[in-house]
Amino acid sequence: MAKELHSVKLDKGKCVGCTNCLKRCPTEAIRIRAGRARIVDELCIDCGACIRVCEHHAKVAVTDPLSSINRFKYKIALPAPTLYGQFKNLKDISAVPRGLMRMGFNEVFDVARGADIVSRAVMEKLTEPDCPQPLISSACPAVVRLIQIRFPELIDNIVDIRSPMEIAASMARREFCKKHSVRPEEVGCFFITPCPAKATAVRLPIGHEKSAVDGVISMMEIYGLLSNQIRRDQGDDADYVFNSQNRGTALGIGWARSGGESLAIGEEDALAVDGIDNVNRVLEAIENDRLPDLKYFEGLACDGGCVGGPIAFENVFIARNRIRKLVSELPKVSIDKAVSLDELEALGDEMRLDKPIEPMETLKLDADFTEALKKMDKIEEIRKKLPGLDCGSCGSPTCQALAEDIVGGYAKEMDCLFLLKEQITLMARQMVEISELTREKNT
Amino acid sequence: MHVLREEFDVVAMDFTTAGEASATIKRLLKKLGVNSSVVRRLSIACYEAEINLVIHSMGGKLILTVGAQDVTLTSEDVGPGIPDIDLAMSEGYSTASEDVRMMGFGAGMGLANMARNADGFSIESKVGVGTRIEMVFRLTDAQKTEGAV
Ligand code: SF4
Ligand code: SF4
Repeated sequence: MAKELHSVKLDKGKCVGCTNCLKRCPTEAIRIRAGRARIVDELCIDCGACIRVCEHHAKVAVTDPLSSINRFKYKIALPAPTLYGQFKNLKDISAVPRGLMRMGFNEVFDVARGADIVSRAVMEKLTEPDCPQPLISSACPAVVRLIQIRFPELIDNIVDIRSPMEIAASMARREFCKKHSVRPEEVGCFFITPCPAKATAVRLPIGHEKSAVDGVISMMEIYGLLSNQIRRDQGDDADYVFNSQNRGTALGIGWARSGGESLAIGEEDALAVDGIDNVNRVLEAIENDRLPDLKYFEGLACDGGCVGGPIAFENVFIARNRIRKLVSELPKVSIDKAVSLDELEALGDEMRLDKPIEPMETLKLDADFTEALKKMDKIEEIRKKLPGLDCGSCGSPTCQALAEDIVGGYAKEMDCLFLLKEQITLMARQMVEISELTREKNT
Repeated sequence: MHVLREEFDVVAMDFTTAGEASATIKRLLKKLGVNSSVVRRLSIACYEAEINLVIHSMGGKLILTVGAQDVTLTSEDVGPGIPDIDLAMSEGYSTASEDVRMMGFGAGMGLANMARNADGFSIESKVGVGTRIEMVFRLTDAQKTEGAV
């Protein structure tokens, strides 16, 4: 994966090389070299775990500034459902799109509406006779990346439907162009996100060529401005109609929380798992065929689901609870009422993934099997010499990882402080011996 | 040819470590770049074997041998042995005790599942002594065995 495609980056000036992030990265993608953290591009899934743990704020999510919307004549905001959980005392959710309109957008289209559509498409998919079991949600790009890296055998189980964000962007643009008779190039769609993985998915879409989204704006960035707008909201002072065409149902908004997607599709044999380590474990179980009855798997990298996204403003529990309350107050509309089959039909290919999701065999020690075996032996040999404390001071997350890094040529044995200490002790002893010898000779 | 051999001890009735050997074996094979469908079949069989050792034996080990053409997984235990192998090979057969079944394990001994996922399968058992299962997975011939997955 090319460098500029990742959204999680290191701010070199702030990194002190403390190793806090080193051990928290679920894919062991971080190394400390020359006193600074480095992210191994091939391994990073943009989950943002390192952003959360870095006390020095040296891990950052690269998103677009709000001003970038001015690249387009017409600007559409696509708020992720999580946005509704960010504000205190939000009585009417349409105050959020009204606020966005006052911030300079010409239209707001709920990503929750995209979620409704994906829910319906998944429901249909589940009735197909050759539907893979379990079907795995494609909603969280960090989880899809994890599958590409660690569970290539499960790639075929990923649902071949684009994310709510993509579907919302295509629909919003098409409807806006129709309504205002403007050309598609004049319209910019901006996703408002709690999630660096989504920003990456816009730059490097998984399973399709080009993203319909033109820019990604972090929730953190607009939080201040938007909460001011919401506070000043008078009810209907902005020229905005929030209706069933551009707004999501309660179930669609519920996608912000872990389990929301499973609830929306109404599948009994669904399993929702949040937190990347949990997702990893359950995928492991699925790979070992331990969940033969499971029909649908919803895996979300962030604790709590997208409300726990690393670039959301509000604490995950508070936001999650707000979403729960907001959703319970909205009218209960079932997905099959909100999205008709005709509507799905009309979207057709625009909704589907049309490029295969490729496995990324980054775990492989060598392209050649015999070489890999030899390397494995060498790694084992080195690992036996290491103290097994997984202290991280060498800059690799575990002793095993250091052994692999040494064999891969990215580190050396003396990076291990314990081996270094031994070596120094040995050298000191030899020095003493030499000097004693020379003294003996001289006397 | 270079051959890799690793042994993993499996402790009877220890559910805190149950599954760890299989997970380690799986990771190791992925690092070696073994074809992912082979890894998957082997993982399924390996997990069954490991859980069998935990539940049905008095302890044993899994031995992994990786050669140029194939991977062999051997499960050896000290235990009650299987009196009627044909019966044990039938789907759903279980000798798991009631408490183990209560934990959701032991719906079957999984021998049939192991055999289905492996390219070669052999089993020897002596009542009152123990059981030895050998499973071979071909590396070169990467096509999926029908019925796996
Ligand atoms: S974003 Fe996630 S995968 Fe990437 S380096 Fe940070 S913790 Fe690791
Ligand atoms: S759970 Fe949601 S916010 Fe977190 S990485 Fe996945 S899609 Fe992004």
